[in-house]
Order: sequence, then C-alpha cells, then structure tokens
Amino acid sequence: MVEQVMVHGAEWTAKELFVYPNEFIYWSIQIVMYPYMTGLVAGAFVLSSLYHVFGQKDLKDMAKFSLVFSLALLPVAMLPLMLHLQQPLRGIEVLFTPHFTSAIAAFGIVFTTYAIIVLSEIWFVYRRYFVEQTMALKGKTGFGDTVRRGIYHVLTLGAYDISPEATAKDHRAVTVLAAIGIPVACFLHGYAGFIFGSVKANALWMSPLMPVIFIMSAVVSGIALCMLTYIIIMEWKKFKAILARGRGDETVTVIAGVEMDVMSKASKYLLGFLVAAITLELLDIIFRGYTAMKSWDILRDVMFHKDFVKIFVLQYGLGNLVPFALLLLPGVTIRRLVVALVLILFGVFMMRWNVVIGGQAFSLSFAGFMHYHLPMIPHSLETYKEGLFGALTVAVTPFVIFWLINKIVPSLKEV
Amino acid sequence: MTCSRRTFLKNAVKGAIAGALPVAAFRLLSPAQARSAVEDASVRWGFLVDTAKCVGCGMCVKACKLENEIPYDAPVTRTWVERYVVTRDGRTHADSPMGARDGFTDRKIHGGEAIDPSEIVKAFFVPKLCNQCDKPSCVQVCPVGATYATGDGIVLVDRSWCIGCGHCIMACPYGVRFFHPVHKVAEKCNFCYHRITKGMKPACVEACPFGARHICNLKDHDDPVTRIILNERVAILKDEYGTKPNVFYLGLDHNVR
Ligand code: SF4
Ligand code: SF4
Repeated sequence: MVEQVMVHGAEWTAKELFVYPNEFIYWSIQIVMYPYMTGLVAGAFVLSSLYHVFGQKDLKDMAKFSLVFSLALLPVAMLPLMLHLQQPLRGIEVLFTPHFTSAIAAFGIVFTTYAIIVLSEIWFVYRRYFVEQTMALKGKTGFGDTVRRGIYHVLTLGAYDISPEATAKDHRAVTVLAAIGIPVACFLHGYAGFIFGSVKANALWMSPLMPVIFIMSAVVSGIALCMLTYIIIMEWKKFKAILARGRGDETVTVIAGVEMDVMSKASKYLLGFLVAAITLELLDIIFRGYTAMKSWDILRDVMFHKDFVKIFVLQYGLGNLVPFALLLLPGVTIRRLVVALVLILFGVFMMRWNVVIGGQAFSLSFAGFMHYHLPMIPHSLETYKEGLFGALTVAVTPFVIFWLINKIVPSLKEV
Repeated sequence: MTCSRRTFLKNAVKGAIAGALPVAAFRLLSPAQARSAVEDASVRWGFLVDTAKCVGCGMCVKACKLENEIPYDAPVTRTWVERYVVTRDGRTHADSPMGARDGFTDRKIHGGEAIDPSEIVKAFFVPKLCNQCDKPSCVQVCPVGATYATGDGIVLVDRSWCIGCGHCIMACPYGVRFFHPVHKVAEKCNFCYHRITKGMKPACVEACPFGARHICNLKDHDDPVTRIILNERVAILKDEYGTKPNVFYLGLDHNVR
C-alpha cells in the first residue's frame, strides 16, 4: 500500500542539484503577502499622520481616508500569517504564551498596541460624527435606522459632549495619537524586517539593514497605494461634477487643480522614500559582493542568473527605475502618475517576493537550488491557502473591510 | 525483641533483593543512562559519527523512519546520509536521494551522467542528524516555546503546542527540521529520546551494521565514546553559525556541506 502523504512544501518546490532532504520552500506566498500588507498599513498610517502631526493642510482629505484605510488593512496584516500556519487554530498561543527570544513572539504586543492607537485615533476623529448621527436618528422608527442608531449609540461610548472645548480636546488627542503612531507604525514594519534579518541560517536575509530597508519600502508602498486610491476618488468626484454641471464648469477645474496639487506634494515624499529604499538595497548588494563571504557564490548565482529577471528587470527596472523617471520628468499628468504608482506598488511586491522566495531559492548546503511554483488552481486546502487564490483573498479583503467600515465611518464624505 | 526464624528469613530475602537491585540496574543501564532517567544534570548527550565506517547502506534511515513513525515514502526524514564524490577536475558532487533511505544504488548523481570511476579522486558518505546544539537557534526563534531544550541537552518539540509557523525550520542552519506530514507540526531528530532515557540506544545507532554511529554522555569522561571525542581529532559541522553542535565527526572532509 502506498501511503498518500502530503509533505508541506513538496507541492510547490522543485529541487536542483544538492539540496538537503528536508529543505522545501516552507515560507511561501503568504509570507510574501505578510510584509507587503503590513507595509501598506504602516505607510497609510504615516501618510495620515503627515497631516495630523505636521499639519500638511493639502493632505487633509487624504489623511482621513488613509487613516480609515489603514484600519481596514490592519486585520489583513494578520491574515496571511494565520493562513500560513500549519495549526491556524493554535495561532492565539502567540499571545498567551509568548516566548520572548523569538522575533515573532512580540508580534502580538506590537500589533495590538498599533491597533489600539489606530482605533482610538479614529474614535477621536469621528466622535462628534457619532454623536450627531445618534441625535439625527432619534425618533426614526425604520428597522435600518434603529440598528444604525444603536451602532452609533454604542460607538459614542457614552461621550456626548460636543461643545467646542470638548472637540478641541479631541483634536489634541488625535495629534498626540498620530505622533505616537508614527514610530509604532515604523516599528511594526521594521519588526517584520527583523523577523527576516535575524534568521542567521539564511544567507540572504541575515542583514542588519533588513528592518530599515523594510520600513523605507513600506512607506513607499503605503503612500503609493493611498495616492492611487485618492486619484480614483477624485476622478470619481470630477466625473460626477461633469455629469451634474458639464465639462466646462468651474468646480471641475477646481477639483482637478486640487487633485494635481495634492498629488505633486505627495509624490515628493514618495520620491524621497523611494530613493532611500533603493539606496539601502543597493548598498546591501554591493556590500555582500565586496565582502564576498562564503555565501556570496550562491547568492550571486541566484541574483545574477536564476532570479535576474525578477530582481533586476521586474523589481529594480520596472518597479523602481521606470516610475522614478515617470515622476521626475517634467509635465506630470494624472495618467502618468497612475502608471508610476501602479509600477511602484508592483516593484515593492516584487521586492518582498525576491526577499522571501529568493531567500529560499538556494539550499543551506550552498550547492543546490530550489524553485518555487505558485499553486494556481487549488485542489486542497493547502494549495488554496498557500496559492494564488489565498493571496488574492488577502489582497481583496481590505477593500471589503473598507467598504464595510465606510458604511459606519464615512471617510470619503465631508464630516 | 523476639525474632522468629520466619521473619528473619523474610527480611534476609528482602535485603538480598534490595542489595542486588542497584547492581542489576548497573548492568542494564550505564551509569549515565540511569542518571538521565532521573533527569540528572550530570548527563549531556552527545553523538559521534565515524564517517570512515559509513558505507551509505541507509539502514539507519530506515530504522529511524520506522522507529519514529515518519511516513515511509515521504521525502522527509529525521536523519539522512549524504554521498560526496570529488572528481579529478576538483568538483564536488553530492546527493542524498530520499535521504538515502534505500542506500545509494545508482552511480548517477542527480540523474546526470554516471561518473567515470577513474575520474574519482575521493568519495565518502556522511550521516547527518540533529546536532542538539548548546545554543540552538531553533529554540531561540520559536514564538510559543513549543521547541525547547531538556536538562540533558536534547532539543524537543511539543506536538500539542507547536503552531506550525516554520520559524524553527528556517532558523536551523543544518536543515534537520521539517513538518511532520501527519501531525502537521515541526519535527526533528531527538536522538530517540524515548529510548535513550530508558537506557537503550537510538534506533539508528542500533541499526548501523558498521559501527559508524555512537551515542554518549559528554559529561562522563569514562564513557568510551566520550573519550574518543576528547582524545581524537574530531570536527563539527558549520561552526560559523555559533550554534555549538554536539554531533562530532571523525574524518570530516572540507567538502562536506
Ligand atoms: S541542529 Fe538545528 S534543529 Fe538541531 S538543535 Fe541545532 S539548530 Fe536546532
Ligand atoms: S514550527 Fe512549531 S516548534 Fe517551530 S518555531 Fe513554529 S511553533 Fe515553534
């Protein structure tokens, strides 16, 4: 009788030359998604804080939106970790019995701290709105209205004071929370970098630069995603204005002007962080090549042969260089901006891929390679969880959550 | 106080049995093994591999798979044997098909051309297993403490507590860990802890027909195997990671990865 057993990783790993028997690509697509999603959370939050803390007035519209968006992204930073566990139901143990020499153990604490900050900041931003809604819905008898009133009623947490002094206090609380939030957001993500950077057995990951590289690219991707979504929203507004009042109307040009203004400001921050990210990554490669430790032979093989297209063409070329040029060349249009932003998001994704999968593309023996074949069509729970569809689930969830949250906490309307 | 003959005899028999017991225990268990059974800190398990004696038959791998219930046809294993063939052109060819469960029956390495014997300058086999490191990086990174070191130096995995994150698998520089295909938790060699703590030898040591594998108590300097480790020139694998392994090798070649 032939036993039909599923060895984790065997499904998508192809080995070449001398690889130890137990080596497989154990950290697969979900571990690519994990730093990508946390990066977006952190980046979105940092962007919203630019307004709340540093008073960048032109980012006002975006600030509220990116704050709520970072809340929607928050549970999704956890989701890929859960999906990749072999025992997902035991995941909660990380919170109950953390083993503090482990980099992952502190995840619960860092993550919860961050979640509390985001939630309370949103509460302070929207408290007045909750109170107003409760008042407005008073006396209405429809089922939907009663439910909504109940929700808002609970959300006020009993704080009904919306006098000018009280709202001024709210504002101060928001500023303080946003200020604390920036280092915490960076920590949350730098920490994801640390999880990789501290694996001493992995020649590609082990680098003290890893957390910093992760933070920089996180901010890049977060800003890019918020800008992109902002453009979509503004285009929608413009479209509605055109429908309502015709193309030549003043409001249309006003919206277009505001949009371009916000975008050119935001893209300056974006460029700055992009330069920092690329510089650090290149420094890392150059340093490895120059010091040429034992692992360099195999790393060079992976970087310049096996994964050349993924690293130099897709990540650095298409994901960094092209958008860099698109953003810098004079006469930026919204359309060109959109292309650049999409490419940047793609570039950061490729960076995560090349770190996570690339780090497992060679054997610990330094004498063999492993190739990753992303499972496309799921035929078991495992190939769903750690396949294309699992990754898509993770990618789509924040938008669904955002849509839900937005029903109660409207981040796109003027409040 | 009167002492009937009957009670005297009874006590005498009891006394004789009590007196003989430690001797019997001494014979069944080595002192080290007996001490470890009561979790004495004077035991530190170590392992010695004599690479010159290994012929790559794979008996140890077979025995390990059966003893520790690792699905026989799964391509993962707690211990394995590597074959190294160094050719005249200075190249090293290495492989370990199915962890050498069935030995090395094919001249071809990685399904390529069979190597011409006259081209071979040296060839040898190297058994591998968990090093039960003094500074185990696998233990360091486990987020829930499901993998831990015992007082006598063996690194174990708690199957009821492991969340299956794979961090330990990533952190071990020797590639000895994997996910158990049935239990879905981290799995690794533990020198057959269930056996050594009862005075038996690990299944692989027992199964090796050529005496290439030995277990010992590193704290007992009278242990013949420990004496070899102390007196002979032995090497360890991947010193540079600072994990301080406790599997020692006689006749280790620099080509071994
Ligand atoms: S060899 Fe690997 S699994 Fe074994 S104790 Fe050392 S680090 Fe842990
Ligand atoms: S796979 Fe299990 S034993 Fe290994 S680090 Fe994760 S929880 Fe710990």
